[in-house]
Amino acid sequence: MFRPARDHRLDLSLFLRSLKFIAPAIKVTVLLTVFALTFGLVFGLALAVARVYGNRFAATAAGAYSRVVRSLPTLVVLYIFYNLAWVAFRVGGVAAAVIALTACTTAYQSEIFRGAIQSLGTGQMAAARSLGMSRATAIRSVIIPQVLRLAIPSWSNEAAIVLKDSSLASAVGTTEVFRRAQQIGAANRDYLTAFLAAGLIYFCLTFITNRVLDFGHKRYKLKT
Amino acid sequence: MAGPILRVENIHKAYGKTEVLRGVSFEVAPGEVVVIIGPSGTGKSTLLRCINQLTPPDQGRVWLEDVEITDKRTDINKAREHIGMVFQDFNLFTHLTAIQNVMLALTKVKRMSPAEARAKAMLEMEKVGLVDKAGLYPAELSGGQKQRAAIARSLAMDPKVMLFDEPTSALDPELIGEVLEVMKTLAGEGMTMLVVSHEMGFAREVSDRIIFLENGAISEDGPPERFFTNPKNARTREFLGKLTELYGNHGGPRGGRRKT
Repeated sequence: MFRPARDHRLDLSLFLRSLKFIAPAIKVTVLLTVFALTFGLVFGLALAVARVYGNRFAATAAGAYSRVVRSLPTLVVLYIFYNLAWVAFRVGGVAAAVIALTACTTAYQSEIFRGAIQSLGTGQMAAARSLGMSRATAIRSVIIPQVLRLAIPSWSNEAAIVLKDSSLASAVGTTEVFRRAQQIGAANRDYLTAFLAAGLIYFCLTFITNRVLDFGHKRYKLKT
Repeated sequence: MAGPILRVENIHKAYGKTEVLRGVSFEVAPGEVVVIIGPSGTGKSTLLRCINQLTPPDQGRVWLEDVEITDKRTDINKAREHIGMVFQDFNLFTHLTAIQNVMLALTKVKRMSPAEARAKAMLEMEKVGLVDKAGLYPAELSGGQKQRAAIARSLAMDPKVMLFDEPTSALDPELIGEVLEVMKTLAGEGMTMLVVSHEMGFAREVSDRIIFLENGAISEDGPPERFFTNPKNARTREFLGKLTELYGNHGGPRGGRRKT
């Protein structure tokens, strides 16, 4: 099926047709990415806080989750959580794909935020507590605002990764950009052109994402 | 007000097998300025941190006026509102401007409105001489300015006692004076201060009492005149001599700022 093309001449009109065919799925790719990244941020941050400030049980559980998920290929994690979403919540389709992608990025983001918290050092928490702030207030008002800003560069890397990993949702039945590329590739028996077209789309999406996040970094980074 | 404002009783703290504090006890009267000196590693910083429970002691009790802070039933956050702490590394919140640093605890802990908090914060900034730097971020401040901002931040809570953990040790020599001036003013206004420091000039001129901490225990405790002219232990004399030689006489009668 995916035999490498020999004697391949790039047919520009086919390339453009492929682009046109794939384009409607861009919004699905973007949707998957945005939801997974957003939920991943919330849960990843929560896990990181649990790892650093939580009691022994919470810290160990959070650590175990992160370790296990990061030890498996993304595709495997996706299959597992896609099926879990059905078994546990009777959810399927795109929603389940989002759940699966979220489960994956949560683990990686928890590492990003944990690293950022630790790079902050213990002095910030000490100063906050010495002023009479509770641990929760200190985490909310002092630690997290700084952690979010510190994490922007690593996070934008993860954002690009999630965008690309959204292509794996095709394996669990979601029709996003990659799936459409497979479809038009099969229809014309020219996978190379189809995937080049998909590649161009992913490139543009990643480029835009990185630009936006670079701007965010310049605007919000901590002055040192 | 009768009775000590701070009472520390039999503090023990060990890190692993090393016992850093071995039964430290003392009292501080309201308005007293106590300077704690001693060789490095003798637990001076640990002692301060045991007082506000940032580092809970293994053994021992601490009273702030008549409230036992070390009692498990005491709300430690409430107690800490009355104990200010200034750190060697300043520990200013980097995502906030100087004035926002001072305002944060006022809005989050004392639940003041932003307007009230700003007014109070500005008062403290005036006191430490940083009014024109209020809108700057910590990264844009010099070391001395950072420490003065940190002092303003603690002062804004109107503490009963201020703990200073080597407040000038991380500063370039020419910036030390401005911080010591602020501390001197505070002392003059009657703030109860517990200062861990190497600044002998300051100790000589401003303190009511000097405590020499060695090997985790208090080996001398007395007024500066007696300390510098006639210390009880030879070791104290030796240490004082070395300190004055190394750190000069900042903030003292013949010392003070070398450059402006």
